[in-house]
Amino acid sequence: MSVLFIALPVALLIAGAFVGGFIYAVKTGQFDDLDTPPMRMLFDDMEVKKESKQKPAETEEDS
Amino acid sequence: MSNSLPDSSESSQPESDFNSGVRRSAKSDLKGPVACDHCNLPVPSGLLNPKGDLQFCCSGCKLAYQLIHEGGLADYYRIADSSTSVPVGKKSSDSLFRQMDNPKFQEIYVSELPDGTQKVIFGIDGLHCAACVWLLEKLPQLVSGVHGARVQWNRSTITIEWSPGQVSLSTIGRTLAGLGYHPTAIRGGEVHDSVIRESRRQWIRIGVAAAAAGNNMLITAALYLGDFSDMSETVAHFLRYCSCLLGIISIVWPGSVFLRGALSAIRTKSTHMDLPVALGLLVGLVDGIVNTLKGSGEIYFDSLSVLVFLLLVGRWIQYRQQRYAADSIELLYRLTPKISKKIEGDSFVEIPTEMVVVGDRLRVLAGDNIPVDGVVTRGSTKIDASILTGESRPDSKKEGDHVSAGTVNLSSAVEMEATAIYSDTKISKILELVNQASQNRPKIVEFANKMGGYFVVTVLSIAMATLLYWLWYEPQLAADRTVALLIVACPCALALATPLSIAVALGRATRRGILIKGGDVLQRLSKGGMVWLDKTGTITTGRQDVTEWIGDLKILPAVACLENNSTHPVAKALCRFEAKKVEKGELPRKKIVFREVDQVLAGGICGTTDEQRICIGSESFVRSLSVLISDQFSKAASELSLQSSSPVFVAVDGEVVAVAGLGDPIRNDAKRSLEQLREFGFQVGILSGDHPQIVKSVAAKLGIDTEFAHGGLSPEEKERFVRESSQMINKGSGQSVMMVGDGVNDSAALASACVGVATKHGAEASLQVAPVYLGTAGLAPLVGLVAGSRAVMRTVMLNLRCSIGYNIFAVILAATGLINPLLAAIIMPISSLTVVGISLLSVAFRKKK
Repeated sequence: MSVLFIALPVALLIAGAFVGGFIYAVKTGQFDDLDTPPMRMLFDDMEVKKESKQKPAETEEDS
Repeated sequence: MSNSLPDSSESSQPESDFNSGVRRSAKSDLKGPVACDHCNLPVPSGLLNPKGDLQFCCSGCKLAYQLIHEGGLADYYRIADSSTSVPVGKKSSDSLFRQMDNPKFQEIYVSELPDGTQKVIFGIDGLHCAACVWLLEKLPQLVSGVHGARVQWNRSTITIEWSPGQVSLSTIGRTLAGLGYHPTAIRGGEVHDSVIRESRRQWIRIGVAAAAAGNNMLITAALYLGDFSDMSETVAHFLRYCSCLLGIISIVWPGSVFLRGALSAIRTKSTHMDLPVALGLLVGLVDGIVNTLKGSGEIYFDSLSVLVFLLLVGRWIQYRQQRYAADSIELLYRLTPKISKKIEGDSFVEIPTEMVVVGDRLRVLAGDNIPVDGVVTRGSTKIDASILTGESRPDSKKEGDHVSAGTVNLSSAVEMEATAIYSDTKISKILELVNQASQNRPKIVEFANKMGGYFVVTVLSIAMATLLYWLWYEPQLAADRTVALLIVACPCALALATPLSIAVALGRATRRGILIKGGDVLQRLSKGGMVWLDKTGTITTGRQDVTEWIGDLKILPAVACLENNSTHPVAKALCRFEAKKVEKGELPRKKIVFREVDQVLAGGICGTTDEQRICIGSESFVRSLSVLISDQFSKAASELSLQSSSPVFVAVDGEVVAVAGLGDPIRNDAKRSLEQLREFGFQVGILSGDHPQIVKSVAAKLGIDTEFAHGGLSPEEKERFVRESSQMINKGSGQSVMMVGDGVNDSAALASACVGVATKHGAEASLQVAPVYLGTAGLAPLVGLVAGSRAVMRTVMLNLRCSIGYNIFAVILAATGLINPLLAAIIMPISSLTVVGISLLSVAFRKKK
């Protein structure tokens, strides 16, 4: 059991380091926008999807 | 790079004809649809390029296609979502972009970064799928000199950094517009910065609280298990110290929000849900520290850490939903471009309206908004001032007449001289009134917060009773029992219940196009009361439409083809009427070619085909052409006038063959929606700036008591009506006054009502003051809003009952001495999870299947 006296503080220090990392991430703005990054990722490797041609979608009001 | 584009001289010419709506070629029947290579819409036959491989439906698409290919970004077409239309390159006037290089413009919108590059934030229109983000962020590839482009999806903005030496802002703006995303510069981000700071603080608090709670649970799990095996005293002590450390961290750091909230509630002598929470936290903290140091007695640090974490998450969800709704509303009015056309010499330049000064001569085209208050200096036109007055019939203005900012120029281009700008305009005066009204609004204390007060009193008195009881019977147990009671009575589930159910409901409402800025609205709407509706645009469609057609329908295709040449609202209404008939299959699709078209400004249009001459216009117009009007039609016309719709005559070869009645028709769903509102306990009334006679007839059609149908009201009078009815109704019963409207003339009333509801296409002002915005037209969303509010309040009540039930249970256990930290650690999360479950399963604002 006495191993706890070393293991627990070490575990807490590691946890603290991760909390520190999280705070750094928040402060550098990585959590400011949660909606765009999912759309941004991995586009360059995206599977080519063949789209059909005749698809009249709703027109945008345009004069 | 595939480049077999048709050269520009070929396609730009027919394009202009396509837009103006005159079909020159008679053989314009479609030979099967050919899709545009950019936007996938069918290409009009006149624009088909027989030689080229690529086909475009307009020059905007061609421009966007060229830009994308030249930048080597053809991948865009592969990733673009084929089910939605891609943005179409828009022809924007070049002078608007030239203004972007104007030092005055840059002073307002551009900020300089330390390394010499410049930064601007544009709001962009037309952002709708992931491919847009991809394309826009490839901007540095398209325009050299641009270093970075970051899209922010939820706010619809793009932040651009560029070197001013290498490329001008106008080039960047032109490229964006060419791609189909019209840029609108956004002024300084101070408000947004504070929002970001607040959201970051919340994230950090949640992160710290989560880490502390998770680790604390692990440590105390070891402690509880240690109770069953024989853990040595020293190890147990060590674990308790660690748990104590984590508990202190989570209460002193992230949990300090609740302590501060409670402190400010005490200072202002108000009640707040933070009070009982803070009480539980503090008692648990002090008792836990004492017990840890003493080495005996219970500690509750794990429960406290988890409590702090759950409450913070609940708060964050609520904050995020409110932010989301507020962002969407902000987006709505930011994207309305504010552009004026300033006359310089013979031509005009487009400038941001903020740069207009008194004395500037401006040109206002038909269909444009009047940018500032001013006097007409040349031309005459009809003005739609319904936004200010509520009057749906257009107003004639000629040289020397005064026009107000925000009104819409309907029929023809005029020149005006600016006489008042910014805060001096009439519209700003009304806005000022609005601001005053919103400040006067009494602050309604939220239900849950009020409960917080009762809660503290109840818990404290039970604690006192417990203390006295145990002091009498077993004095050495008294302190422990009381402390345990105070901790388990800490209303985690209760504090979560209201905000969480409301946050979930707000999120769902937003997805249904109902934007609600604050949760208290839902509570106020659930009990019924009085609803005042604006007429124009709310009960009615707010635009002129053909409500009646007397005579032969066969002439209608010709009428529509002729009216296609005009932009007058009456002409548009007739075209819409024809389109609807064709859609229903009551009329064949036909194109009639007019050899000659002459549009007379005052009231009519005439055109000649190969066979006949058709004239369309008001009574005075056709009479002036000495056209024969038979008794049948003149009687029909006078009947129409009585029903407050304006008759329009159609004459063929000198004889009237049909009369169309144009009015502002009542929405289809109005009657049923109003009935539903009545079922929900609302008394319905109309407040309109329109003519009292029209208002009365609308009220009669909808079964609204004429006592509650008021017409001819000024914005001030509307506000007074709303205020008076609030005073009458608010005495007891918790009923509220709701105002629904869309114009600037409603804004003061919207702000003054308990709940203001702005409807689609509303004026900026009404969006700003109303806590609710309905994104879909019509009255059905209003019914949805009220029904949703009632469902939310039911969920809230259920949640409150559940959490109070849990609390009573825990308090009884604590008072009788049956509780221990393990039991508390189980009961507290379970009660919170029940509340979360109930909130998520709630039917409020759920999409109908």
